[in-house]
Amino acid sequence: MSGALLEMRDVTKVYPNGVMANYKVRFSLREGEIHAIVGENGAGKSTLMKMMFGMEEPSEGEILLRGEKVKLASPQDAIDRGIGMVHQHFMLVPSFTVAENMVLGMEPKKGLGIHFAEAVRMTEEMSRKYNLAVDPKAKVENLTVGMKQKVEILKALLRGAKILILDEPTAVLTPQETEELFRELRLLKDQGHTIVFISHKLKEVKAICDRITIMRAGRSEDAFRTADVTEQEISRLMVGRDVVLKYDKEKREAGETILAVRGFSLAGSAGSRLLSDVGFTVRAGEIVGIAGVEGNGQTPLVEALTGSLAGTAVGGSVTVKGADILRADIRAIRKHGVSYIPEDRMRQGAAGEASIADNLISTQYASGKLGGGMFMNGGKIERLAASLIEAFDVRCSGPKQPIGMLSGGNMQKVVVARECSTEPDLLIAEQPTRGVDIGAAQFIHRKLIELRDRGCAILLVSADLNEILELSDKLLVLYEGRVTAYFEEPSAVGEEELGLYMLGINRQDPEQIGRAVHR
Amino acid sequence: MKAKYFEPFRTLAVILIALVIAFVIISLVSDRPLETILIFLWEPLATKGHIGNLIEMAIPLMFTGLSVSLLFRANLFNLGAEGIFYFSGVVAAAIAIHASLNGFLHPIAAIAAGSVVGALLSAIPGILKAKWNANELVTSLMFNNILFGVGLYILNYQLRDAKAFSSASYKFEPTALLSRIWPGTRVHAGLIIVLVMIVAAHVFLYKTKWGYELRMTGANRAFAGYSGIRTARVIILTHLIAGFIAGMGGSVEVLGMYTRFNWVSLPGYGLDGALVAMLAKNNPLSVIGAALFLSYIRNGADLMARLSDVPSEMISIVQAIIILLLSAEQFLKFWKNRMLLKEARKHG
Repeated sequence: MSGALLEMRDVTKVYPNGVMANYKVRFSLREGEIHAIVGENGAGKSTLMKMMFGMEEPSEGEILLRGEKVKLASPQDAIDRGIGMVHQHFMLVPSFTVAENMVLGMEPKKGLGIHFAEAVRMTEEMSRKYNLAVDPKAKVENLTVGMKQKVEILKALLRGAKILILDEPTAVLTPQETEELFRELRLLKDQGHTIVFISHKLKEVKAICDRITIMRAGRSEDAFRTADVTEQEISRLMVGRDVVLKYDKEKREAGETILAVRGFSLAGSAGSRLLSDVGFTVRAGEIVGIAGVEGNGQTPLVEALTGSLAGTAVGGSVTVKGADILRADIRAIRKHGVSYIPEDRMRQGAAGEASIADNLISTQYASGKLGGGMFMNGGKIERLAASLIEAFDVRCSGPKQPIGMLSGGNMQKVVVARECSTEPDLLIAEQPTRGVDIGAAQFIHRKLIELRDRGCAILLVSADLNEILELSDKLLVLYEGRVTAYFEEPSAVGEEELGLYMLGINRQDPEQIGRAVHR
Repeated sequence: MKAKYFEPFRTLAVILIALVIAFVIISLVSDRPLETILIFLWEPLATKGHIGNLIEMAIPLMFTGLSVSLLFRANLFNLGAEGIFYFSGVVAAAIAIHASLNGFLHPIAAIAAGSVVGALLSAIPGILKAKWNANELVTSLMFNNILFGVGLYILNYQLRDAKAFSSASYKFEPTALLSRIWPGTRVHAGLIIVLVMIVAAHVFLYKTKWGYELRMTGANRAFAGYSGIRTARVIILTHLIAGFIAGMGGSVEVLGMYTRFNWVSLPGYGLDGALVAMLAKNNPLSVIGAALFLSYIRNGADLMARLSDVPSEMISIVQAIIILLLSAEQFLKFWKNRMLLKEARKHG
């Protein structure tokens, strides 16, 4: 394709632990556009961006800049070629002034020392040229997040960046700051800069981007003109579920209460409220869903339930089968018959270099079923692993294969298989199908329903609306650490209606919400 | 070729490259390069005595290599085997000098004392790591100096024989010495002890629940903790076991090879243990081969220095290359990437 400023052709990236983060990804950036890369967490956006900025090298495929093949071995290579990047977590020295940060590594010299006045002048000049107002003499540690971001952008521009990569730039901004950022980005575009905008907020993508590349499970869809697609279409392509998932769930009478959270409030380190007066119960044989935009208290809630309480519980109780688990560690909590599918399978859910079998037995190696005393029975482990691999349809070369070599979907099946194999009384499933292909997602959903039918209580925390509406028997919405809605018939709730509660626009009355707590 | 064979292949390639470089250096330095290379390669195996030397040097390397392997396996970069090896040697020497027991119990008592002291000393960096996340590399290296200083003090002020010409302890009681097991060489009963330890460590690591906890903690501590493994306890236990083995190594070496304690500097076996562990890929059974190989090239270098015009220091270069290439993650990575790509495609 001619006219492409930067092009990535069939780029594949396999990390040393065997994870294939990108597979034959195609990406083409035209001069002077704002181009969005969107996708769910784990879809491969950040890997793609790292390769663009020279932080990772592709295992296969090539990168072309202005039609010329380039090898970006380090960020310095990328900077030299006019590619700049603004990281999500800023790379600034807090104790230095803005001007000092701006010239870091390319300081104007005056004799042996640094020419500070010149640094200030350069900063002011850049600031005027791009209409990004910063105070060159202010210390970075005293700046607001929005200001720091401006410094980062200016820093990249000062180094001659013509292509600017912004990694989730609005994740940390207030709506007003976001508006301002967009004005600045449009200005940059008018001055001939090209911008890569990485995000998962579709509204913003629609608002500012010219074209959009969608990533899903490490692969790229074609680039679309943003004007040609609706938010719904983008979201469908991101999640990869053209077909809306539908399951025939048998209605069941819920059994006794397994998990009870009552009036639970949690204070964060800076005195902020993470959770306020959260109350609900999960009974045997039902799936209770928790919906909400990410960052509205789901993480602290799950942490509190799984023994890694962050912050101080300032009121209320959390019990499993009547036993207080608020101060217990995860080992003790698991002993109460609790299983947990964590949000991040790479960090917590699996040990990448260990075998599938070793990963499958980590929650029951000590139970006595795999050999008494201090020894473990290799034959029993092998049989258990083989049967779980078969039951959960894990595509692999055998139980001895390192789990890190599996695709995301197969790895997640191993995690789910392990957590289901102990026949838990309560399963806490946190984003159980994130970044997983449709087939594996459906498979995992069926397994969760099977487990529910066998009388397990399941708490499902998910940002995937289709998943949560379809699977849940009861549904709560969290907004800013509070329960804002409780539905007894989730399948009758529309996504739009749910969205109003998730965004805090609507709120049910306390009596309705209070019904979430059963005896 | 499958990705799982990559690591063994890489190790072999590293060794070959190091040897080739050794040959190149020899060719440059020596007047009779071919002959010198032949001495280097063949002489360590030429006579019974030389084979004996090779084995006796491999014994301490196996002990420390095994100790370090367990630590590395738990993802603990602890190099404290050096100081423990030394200090436990002092402890064993003290018991060999001052206790009076029969020829069966005396070495057992001395070795047991050295091992237990080693385990307890090793637990300190372990506890610091487990409770306060103190970097075990820093604490263990500091401990090496402390243990050496204290050990040297004990040697000079408590054990030193004024009648001996140099800094050496009183003679050990003959009952304390380990017996020779191969007539005509100095190979001692320590060989049997270390082989038993290696097999025991293999069983521990791969067949027991504790070994499983150790491997999982090493592979991903967050995962182990999430699964309900008490990782802090695993870290302390690993340190105890590793210290026990290193301490046993120091005691066995002192009682097997010497009649007086005369180490006035750290013997270096602890750091060599790290090299053995790297060569063995932290696998207990592979430690045997790795230690024998290291001992082989060292003895080859010594013999070469004696019988030809190339100094034995040459072997330091070979070792340095091996360490450098083994720890260089990028080395031959392109090749692994290709294999990974192929497998990833196959499983889709």
